[in-house]
Amino acid sequence: MKALKCRECGREYPLTANHVCEFDFGPLEVVYDYERIKLTLTRAAIQSRPKNMWRFRELLPIEGDPTVGVEVGCTPLIKADRLAERLGIRELWVKNDAVNYPTLSFKDRVVSVALSRARELGFTTVACASTGNLANSVAANAAAAGLKAYVFIPSDLEHSKVINSLIYGGNVIGIKGHYDEVNRLCAEIAGKYPWAFVNVNMRPYYAEGSKSMGFEIIEQSGWRVPPHTVVCMASGSLLTKIHKSYQEAIKLGLAPETPYRIHGAQATGCSPISTAQKAGLDFFKPVKPNTIAKSLAIGTPADGFYALRVMKETDGSSDDVSDDQIREGIKLLAECEGIFAETAGGVTVGVARKLIASGAIPADASAVLCITGNGLKTMEAMAGHAGHTREIKPSLRDFEDLLDAETRVPAHA
Amino acid sequence: MPIKVRIPTPLRKLTHDEEIVHVNAATVGAAIAELQSRYPGIKERLTDDAGSVRRFVNVYVNEEDIRFLQNQDTSLKDGDEISIIPAIAGG
Repeated sequence: MKALKCRECGREYPLTANHVCEFDFGPLEVVYDYERIKLTLTRAAIQSRPKNMWRFRELLPIEGDPTVGVEVGCTPLIKADRLAERLGIRELWVKNDAVNYPTLSFKDRVVSVALSRARELGFTTVACASTGNLANSVAANAAAAGLKAYVFIPSDLEHSKVINSLIYGGNVIGIKGHYDEVNRLCAEIAGKYPWAFVNVNMRPYYAEGSKSMGFEIIEQSGWRVPPHTVVCMASGSLLTKIHKSYQEAIKLGLAPETPYRIHGAQATGCSPISTAQKAGLDFFKPVKPNTIAKSLAIGTPADGFYALRVMKETDGSSDDVSDDQIREGIKLLAECEGIFAETAGGVTVGVARKLIASGAIPADASAVLCITGNGLKTMEAMAGHAGHTREIKPSLRDFEDLLDAETRVPAHA
Repeated sequence: MPIKVRIPTPLRKLTHDEEIVHVNAATVGAAIAELQSRYPGIKERLTDDAGSVRRFVNVYVNEEDIRFLQNQDTSLKDGDEISIIPAIAGG
């Protein structure tokens, strides 16, 4: 790391807990010394390291060794042949962060960087504003690291996400409002209390953690950048960081420079970015979210401008899907690949389906879907939509009657 | 009409570390103009060359984003509170 730099005006700042340029409020981003990184970060070096996200540590913004979330990352990239057939595409891969360690979402990546860096900067209390997954991860990783935690969430979040935040013993504050209101409050709290707010004053470090998902996709694809990647968008940060990881891997010679497109997925009930993308705009209009994809319910997406730019530059596209289409996406992924994703995953699958059908992703192409969280956390969304159990007495006869009634085929046929 | 304005950390150097300042203005635009007259330089931090609020600045009146109201034409009344907040990444 060399400095923090404003993405808008280029002014540089020291590597402290600071996220915003005081001249134009532009977001600050970490600057790396790529010439130096190139000397040590080779394919061979990466492959010799333990299987976790820190095998790409030169491109993750901490100074010493990671102290929080050392085992995070290296989730499976699976070849999804059955889903490919259903969606009508030649080849499909699923990057499955629904099984990320320890809290089953991609947020463990950003939190391990943010908390490792927070410790380096001397913080003892960490905090976040969250739509759920980040809260789970901050609460868990802070507990394991012995840090004090305050997590702020909308009070109407899914039950599982609330329990999954409370269980670690930190402070969980439910805010009577939607995420954008939680965020506004947290910006004010962050200005007043000397805490490491992972997505406020630690944002430049935090956001970089998402790149590890992209680096892993490249390595698992045989050191190639996939030609199509579909990413769900809340603030738009993950999509921009996947793009950055591809650029960095090419710049460092880890992957050859091949064309790639990055596509964004939103829920129709909160689609400021995809609406702007489809209209060909480079700015978005904030919205009031109303969707079952609560983890994506950010009406004022902080990285929306950059996400739009990435899609434009890579010739990517985007779309959005209704609540019913989100549920269909969840079921498709589960039935075809045995992966139960949360609502955001249903958004990614549902939008991929639309983009393949429209030809935005060609049927003869190969694509990667980024699945970011686990379905066990958003069970409410599927309650009453996943079928039902048939109850019988513990009797073989009852079972065979049931089979017979359902299949109309004799048991010994 | 005293209106309370919450100044975010990145702008407090301009307000001599004042976290809350009071203005008398009928609209958000007029409030920004008054801030500029008292704390020269603050307007260019908040608005771009065309005079629009910068894209990474969120301005709220009584906790409502002015983009859901009438932007800088949003009218103000006695006791209203303005918050100026940088955009934050997602969660």
